[in-house]
Amino acid sequence: MLKRWRQTVTLTDIVVWAIGVAIGIAIVIGTMRTWQAAQYTPEQWINLTIDGLKLGGIYALIALGYTLVYGILRMINFAHSEVFMAGPFTAVFLAQYLDNIGFYNAHPLISLILVTLLSVVVSVTVALLLERIAYRRLRFAPRLVPLITAIGASFFLQYTFRGFYGTDPETYPTIDVLKGFWTIGSIAIPKTDLVVIIAAFFMMLLLYMIVQHTKTGKAMRSVSEDKEVAALMGIDVDRIIVFTFGLGGASAGIAGILYALVYQQVNAFMGFIPGLKAFTAAVLGGIGNVVGAWLGGTLLGLIESLGPNLFLQGLGIPAQNQLKDGIAFAILVFILIFRPSGLLGERISKTKA
Amino acid sequence: MKTETSSIWKKAFNNGLISGALCLLVMLVGLVESFGDTYVISGIVTLGEIILLIPVIILTYTTMSSSSKFPKSTMLGISALIGLVSGCIITMLILLGQVVNLRVMFVNASPALFNMLMRGVPLPLGALVPPLTCIVAALLTLGIYLIPSRLRSAVIQGALWVIILGTLRDQILIIDLFKIQPFSIVLKRFVFAISGLRPLGAVLVFAIITGLMYYLSGRKKDPTVIKSPKVVKRNRIILIGILAVLLLSLPWALGIFYSEILDTTGLFILMGLGLNIVVGFAGLLDLGYVAFYAIGAYSMGVLTSPGLGLFHLTFWQALPIALFVAWLAGIILGLPVLRMRGDYLAIVTLGFGEIVRLLVLSTWLKDFLGGTQGIQSIPPPIIGSWKLNSLPLLYYLILISIIIVAFIAWRLKDSHLGRSWMAIREDEDVAQAMGINLVMTKLLAFSTGALFAGLAGTLGATKLTSVYPHSMTFIISINVLAVIIIGGMGSIPGVFVGALVMVGLPNLLTEFQEYRYWFYGLALVGMMLFRPEGLWPEARRKLELHETEDNTGPPVTNEPPINETLSAVQ
Amino acid sequence: MSKRLLIIVSIIMISSMVLAACGAKAYECTDPLGCVTVAPTDPVHIAYAMVIAGPDATLGIDSRNGAEIAIDDKGGKVLDHAIQFDGEDDGCSAEGGQAAGTKLAADPTIVAILGTSCSSAVRVAMPLWSTAGFTVISASNTAPDLTLAGNENNYPGYLRTAHSDVVQGAAAAKFAYEFLGLRKAATIHDGSIYADSLQQVFADEFTRLGGTITAQESVDPQQVDMSGVLTSIATGAPEIIYHPIFIAAGTQLVIQARQTPGLENILQMGADGMFSPDVMEGAGDAVEGVYVSSPDFTQFGSDYKDKFLPAYQAKFGSVPVSIFHAHAYDAMNLVLACVEKVTVKDSDGTLHIPRQGLRDCMYATKDFKGLTGNLTCTPTGDCADPKIAVYQYHAGEYPPTKVWP
Repeated sequence: MLKRWRQTVTLTDIVVWAIGVAIGIAIVIGTMRTWQAAQYTPEQWINLTIDGLKLGGIYALIALGYTLVYGILRMINFAHSEVFMAGPFTAVFLAQYLDNIGFYNAHPLISLILVTLLSVVVSVTVALLLERIAYRRLRFAPRLVPLITAIGASFFLQYTFRGFYGTDPETYPTIDVLKGFWTIGSIAIPKTDLVVIIAAFFMMLLLYMIVQHTKTGKAMRSVSEDKEVAALMGIDVDRIIVFTFGLGGASAGIAGILYALVYQQVNAFMGFIPGLKAFTAAVLGGIGNVVGAWLGGTLLGLIESLGPNLFLQGLGIPAQNQLKDGIAFAILVFILIFRPSGLLGERISKTKA
Repeated sequence: MKTETSSIWKKAFNNGLISGALCLLVMLVGLVESFGDTYVISGIVTLGEIILLIPVIILTYTTMSSSSKFPKSTMLGISALIGLVSGCIITMLILLGQVVNLRVMFVNASPALFNMLMRGVPLPLGALVPPLTCIVAALLTLGIYLIPSRLRSAVIQGALWVIILGTLRDQILIIDLFKIQPFSIVLKRFVFAISGLRPLGAVLVFAIITGLMYYLSGRKKDPTVIKSPKVVKRNRIILIGILAVLLLSLPWALGIFYSEILDTTGLFILMGLGLNIVVGFAGLLDLGYVAFYAIGAYSMGVLTSPGLGLFHLTFWQALPIALFVAWLAGIILGLPVLRMRGDYLAIVTLGFGEIVRLLVLSTWLKDFLGGTQGIQSIPPPIIGSWKLNSLPLLYYLILISIIIVAFIAWRLKDSHLGRSWMAIREDEDVAQAMGINLVMTKLLAFSTGALFAGLAGTLGATKLTSVYPHSMTFIISINVLAVIIIGGMGSIPGVFVGALVMVGLPNLLTEFQEYRYWFYGLALVGMMLFRPEGLWPEARRKLELHETEDNTGPPVTNEPPINETLSAVQ
Repeated sequence: MSKRLLIIVSIIMISSMVLAACGAKAYECTDPLGCVTVAPTDPVHIAYAMVIAGPDATLGIDSRNGAEIAIDDKGGKVLDHAIQFDGEDDGCSAEGGQAAGTKLAADPTIVAILGTSCSSAVRVAMPLWSTAGFTVISASNTAPDLTLAGNENNYPGYLRTAHSDVVQGAAAAKFAYEFLGLRKAATIHDGSIYADSLQQVFADEFTRLGGTITAQESVDPQQVDMSGVLTSIATGAPEIIYHPIFIAAGTQLVIQARQTPGLENILQMGADGMFSPDVMEGAGDAVEGVYVSSPDFTQFGSDYKDKFLPAYQAKFGSVPVSIFHAHAYDAMNLVLACVEKVTVKDSDGTLHIPRQGLRDCMYATKDFKGLTGNLTCTPTGDCADPKIAVYQYHAGEYPPTKVWP
């Protein structure tokens, strides 16, 4: 058996694994040192964890859009970050209007539903327009062509919305009911955080149900398996693709409102970085995999939140929070070295480069 | 047929709606108002008005093309309908703006815009102005469409040149060559006004271009004349000679503004040649290419800057070291991704780009890399007694680098290594089965690409005499990728064309700075939809990408004619 | 016979044209840098190089607006010539500065330049503009080295009406140490040269006065999640966090500090980048009590409130969104005043503007009554009358109220 192992493992594998192990050791040493220094109280760690879960929830919802589209079309929808931005950036005006007439805080639940509805409608519209105008013709083109188109569409949408609504950020009015904290023991959890975490989880469940247990979901899975065979089986491929984009768009629209609840300010460029992180999360969890997207998002959020203080401070790096994005990518490399298809693997069989 | 006729009216109506929607888009994004004061033809038409009417013109034209078999009266009616519908949509916006304060949401839906759309005519009469303007534009388009084809293309080109020259007034007058007296007086007195072209100048330009194009399109090439090889070779040498003289004199003829644009474009050509190897030849999607540029630039900065004080080398001493560091970085960053494929590779390389940016920005490495303040006082290269500290002088250094790098890339393409790369690009497993050492080949691709980017970085640091971490963003990686894709992936001349279009042109059109990325995105989407193989593609790729279209004859290799000339330049 | 007539007529025509050209020269330009000649019907060309595109656009657009109001106040004309005010985007970066710098340097009709917005841009552009003979005056450059005598980034022809970072950072430290009596502080910057420079000046001054800096962290300008950095800072138990950053990240810090255990009651202070209605709106209740340092608007004189602000609102449809509009107003007025002083005007209306003469006039400015105070320019180009004040936000109110000095 050792002999067989020696035959399949090459020098490259060893070098690559060595890199992975080095990253792993750095993480472990840093963590241990931080624990020993005991600068942070357990409450602080718990709060950071909850914050990470909240952040992860938002990433997860955006990542769902990426992963669904990738599963079906094998393309990275770079413009998904603008689908995420379009909804809340438009719905903010409705929210401000409702606040001006006093409706917003008088009937917070209805207001929130209305605002979310508008956000979803706008996001879905943008997603569908993207599919119809930019992507449909390029379904069979080599991989880089739709990627460039998506990047172009991303810039175009960013600046279109900036042109529409201006360069200044817009602020969502605060909902009084959601102000403040829920205290459990000595832990104070902001109410908005809890809403986000729960909503993200349920959204993931909902999407999982749709993909696994509905007829349309089955059609989606078969289209992602093999478009041509699915068409031969009588599935309207175009309709399924449109449905997928719509689903991803709806998920992003809801993510946008949750983002707005927590961070309150929206602007035309707000989607760029969360979009990138969400895509990283989708890859982390296994691209094409709905549960993987949620897992990857949550994990990424936790890493970002806990990582700098947990790993880097112990390694003696000053101003460690500057490098929080760097840690996220380093951990991504680490995971991809040992699990090249992401944590939960791809749902579809491994495709060629 | 009756149904055909009614369907064309329906189509026209739909196109009118689309056109109106596009007009709305363009208005609300702010383009119309921003350029509402910029004259193309002084006192007659502004750029904003032209931009507003472009959707109407384009949609009328396309509708005309698909309805040419209908009688003239129908065509008249159809184009008028398109204009009418578009104009009505614009009027609806204006009317809505009177009732509701649209500015709360759409910052550009301002009274000033409405006033401009109604050309100063107050409501209620003003509401008729947009439909009238659009109908006039549509009918004009129809008129142009009905001109016989040879004259028509000449007229269109004439009109386009009037618009181009009117918009580029400032850029043309800055050219050093045109500041010389006879040119300067003619241009300022007869051709250009304070903003845009003088009406006289516009007429002149239109007449000259239209006449020229008409004449040129009428000349027939005599098929019985075959030029002898000697003549062909002599023509080619003359062409090369002219090209060389042109290239060498550009910075002095055009002036400092163009020198800067040429330098920046040159740097992107260098990076494009490098990324072309990684993505174009070897098919490895690298989204973090800016990391190597940063490493080259920072190496140069650290090694030469007295401001940072660590080392005090000269440019020429530091250059080989910086190149080596970049090359090494290519290997180091290539190692972990050896096993990754496709989109995983993309996201990881993107991560590397970000990691490098964060590291050079960080407080942790501030003492070695300068932190947020960057590295300043980078000395210029010195040759003998010449200091290459001006943009025109730097141009020559960049030009030489480009020639060397392009030559290397060209030789690599046809070499054994180059073919190994292309084998990997097509199918990694098959390539490995054929005996290609994947590891070495991939690492060589990464490191060669990194080397070229590092070279661009050192020259970039010299150009700005400083390095700032804020320059090393993900957007630069995207820009380089766009350059090679728009130029034609894997095609070396394509890199040049791509850089001129995606870097040189936007830098030239400074008026559009605010909307630069809007047009950039539009251009990317448009190019991919209509010409995905790029502007100067590899012959094979063009064939692949238009495979699904109707190919009735045997495949034709589309070698662009100057390809050979360019190769001969090196 | 007719041929000879033709020759004679041609000679007469040509010589009369030559004589006319010669005769029109009534003024010989003796300025070492040359003169700008403006024909009777041409405008006087003043250019700008500010960040008017991209995410930082509000800074440059706001400054440009201030300058445009100054032009309007003069009726759009100087010496009976219209004022042509146009320019380029400087991108708030070295690349942008070089691009804008070369474009403007190539245009000999330019008399003066208002710009740049950011210090990294002007360092690259100034050598070009200085050689071209322009007078350059910035309304928002705050890096100290630009007006430091002998510094390689100090070029002839450069002036600024904005204060240097050294002044604002030190004022903030003094406020925290002496007025508030605090001894432990932490700083957060956003990776920009401006913010990092300010927080370093603050840190140095605070330490010099006797205080301790517990942490110096940084965030990304587009970052929204501040929990990690705030928790880390909380472990040092500082009494105040000084975060001289911009609106987006600053608002998030203000909100999330209140939600971080250990920092619920911490004092916070920003710099002029956070002096904006967007901060007040965005942070809601959390903004209560947050300090912000800025040029002292109350010292700006009544003209600011009574004339400038209404004009701004009328022309641009909103309150000023950034902080250097008044400095730009003053900068434009300084230039126009000196143009009026040194220009030689011919009888037919042609203007001759000496370049070095213009510069000398600018550097010699003394006690110029501007919106931002009494401006006197030093030989190295500092014209600002730097009175830095500290204001305090109250929830729902804008502008914040002044608390010091």
